[in-house]
Amino acid sequence: MNDTPQNLFVETAFVRRKKRQETVAKSIFLVMSIAMIIPLLLIVSYLVVKAYPSLSLEFLLDVPRKGMTEGGIWPAFIGTIYLVALSLAVSAPIGVMAGIYLNEYAKDNWLNRIINLAVINLAGVPSIVHALFGLGAFVYAAKFGCSIISASLTLAIMTLPVIIASTREALASVPMNFREACWNVGATRWQTIRRIVLPNSIGGILTGVILQVSRSAGETAPIMFTGAVFYKAVERGDLFPYTLDGQCMALSMHLYTLATQVPNVSESVPFATAVVLLGTVLLVNATAIIIRTLIRSKKKW
Amino acid sequence: MGAKVKIEVRNLRLSYGHKEVIHNISFDVYENEILAVIGPAQSGKTSLLRCINRTIDFIPNAFVSGSIKIDGEDVLKTKDVYSLRRKIGMVSPLPVGLPLSIYDNVAFAPRCVGVRNKKELDGIVENCLKRAALWDEVKDRLDSLGTKLSGGQQQRLTIARALSHSPDVLCLDEFSIAIDPVTTMKIEDMLKEIRSQMTIILVTNLVQQARRIADRTMFLWNGEIVEIDSNEVIFSERTRNKKTYEYVQGIFG
Repeated sequence: MNDTPQNLFVETAFVRRKKRQETVAKSIFLVMSIAMIIPLLLIVSYLVVKAYPSLSLEFLLDVPRKGMTEGGIWPAFIGTIYLVALSLAVSAPIGVMAGIYLNEYAKDNWLNRIINLAVINLAGVPSIVHALFGLGAFVYAAKFGCSIISASLTLAIMTLPVIIASTREALASVPMNFREACWNVGATRWQTIRRIVLPNSIGGILTGVILQVSRSAGETAPIMFTGAVFYKAVERGDLFPYTLDGQCMALSMHLYTLATQVPNVSESVPFATAVVLLGTVLLVNATAIIIRTLIRSKKKW
Repeated sequence: MGAKVKIEVRNLRLSYGHKEVIHNISFDVYENEILAVIGPAQSGKTSLLRCINRTIDFIPNAFVSGSIKIDGEDVLKTKDVYSLRRKIGMVSPLPVGLPLSIYDNVAFAPRCVGVRNKKELDGIVENCLKRAALWDEVKDRLDSLGTKLSGGQQQRLTIARALSHSPDVLCLDEFSIAIDPVTTMKIEDMLKEIRSQMTIILVTNLVQQARRIADRTMFLWNGEIVEIDSNEVIFSERTRNKKTYEYVQGIFG
């Protein structure tokens, strides 16, 4: 700007304009980031305040009473655990192994392009469509009936593409030159994966799987048609109230029922159910975050 | 020289897609010699090494023709690429410490072929680290991470790993690019020592490095051999090709 060297450190109009732009840009981004927190805080505080009269350990452990207008949510809570555990038991191994294949072995040919396309499209299918597919495939065609199995398998198919995607991402974060170094000394692909790639990506893979817990716990549509019911009589605090070929209650479904189908329910009960659902999901997510932090602190390169 | 031919390359062509990067080159590498490969960027030096240990297979749409024979066996046709790669030690330009302990870095390759005996592994690790001139610096902390070593140490660790599967051929691809001159000298001395045990191909950007330690030097340019001859000829005024003389003397370009 200035030819004379003594003016080199003097603030010119150009420099001032740059500084102003810098401040504006930074403030806009900061405000947007803060705006992210507000809805979460509002939701959580609104729920907790509304739910406060019903919230207690008793609410979690008790069964619904008096036509679901009073009592607790134990059957729905345990039902959600059943559904989530079973669906992840199916989708996690399949998804992780498919992710390993696609990232580590697959060459760029038509078959793998089709697989990739399928994964991407499956991830974009709305959950209600998954529900209809589950109804047709598992309830009717496979003759599982409306059952925990059908509902879990439907949830599994819904979470599968996301698990595949997160697994691939975790694997891709391991630098390529580690693999090349292994191949250079005569290691096979599997030896490379088992000794180098997996130990350094397992944290990311686990995080991806755990995050799907919250997603399947929250979905209503896929289980509504395939295995969840409004009400099922269950003993208070019973850990194994359901059989896999029977139907069950679930938190998300229970919330929907309370809010829309049951007359004269006291206002705080649906909110308390929502708090339990949200709390469970946040707890699971927190676990994922802790795992990720632990792994990151042990990062080896 | 009259020495035994270790690697015989005939009519080697390599193309990536439709672009040919190595055009029909043929040369021999003798047993227990250090052959330096010099040439500007994009001349196919690294690709040539990748062909020799068949890691070229991992590059999509790379197409190789011709033959590369090591001890008479064509590497491009071999069924067992894993034992082929174990026959060749490969050192990449940038040091790669695997995210394992120093010990496990060196023991990685032996373990891959099923060596489980602790004593045997200890022996291999110590021997390789000593040969790579790293043992004295790390012998007290073999359990610490290989990735936490300094760049120069990591490069020597890489060399130790390349030696750990007792290869016949050692390929070094611009190994000194990320390390200091003193370490470079250490490694160069080490190379001169282990020449009696193996054949060494040294790809280098440093013409003076080729002059210092190689027996013969090959000048690659745009995927063609301009000249391959003993160092006395390449680094003199008697080169057969004027380009070689100019490149070596720093006039070229």
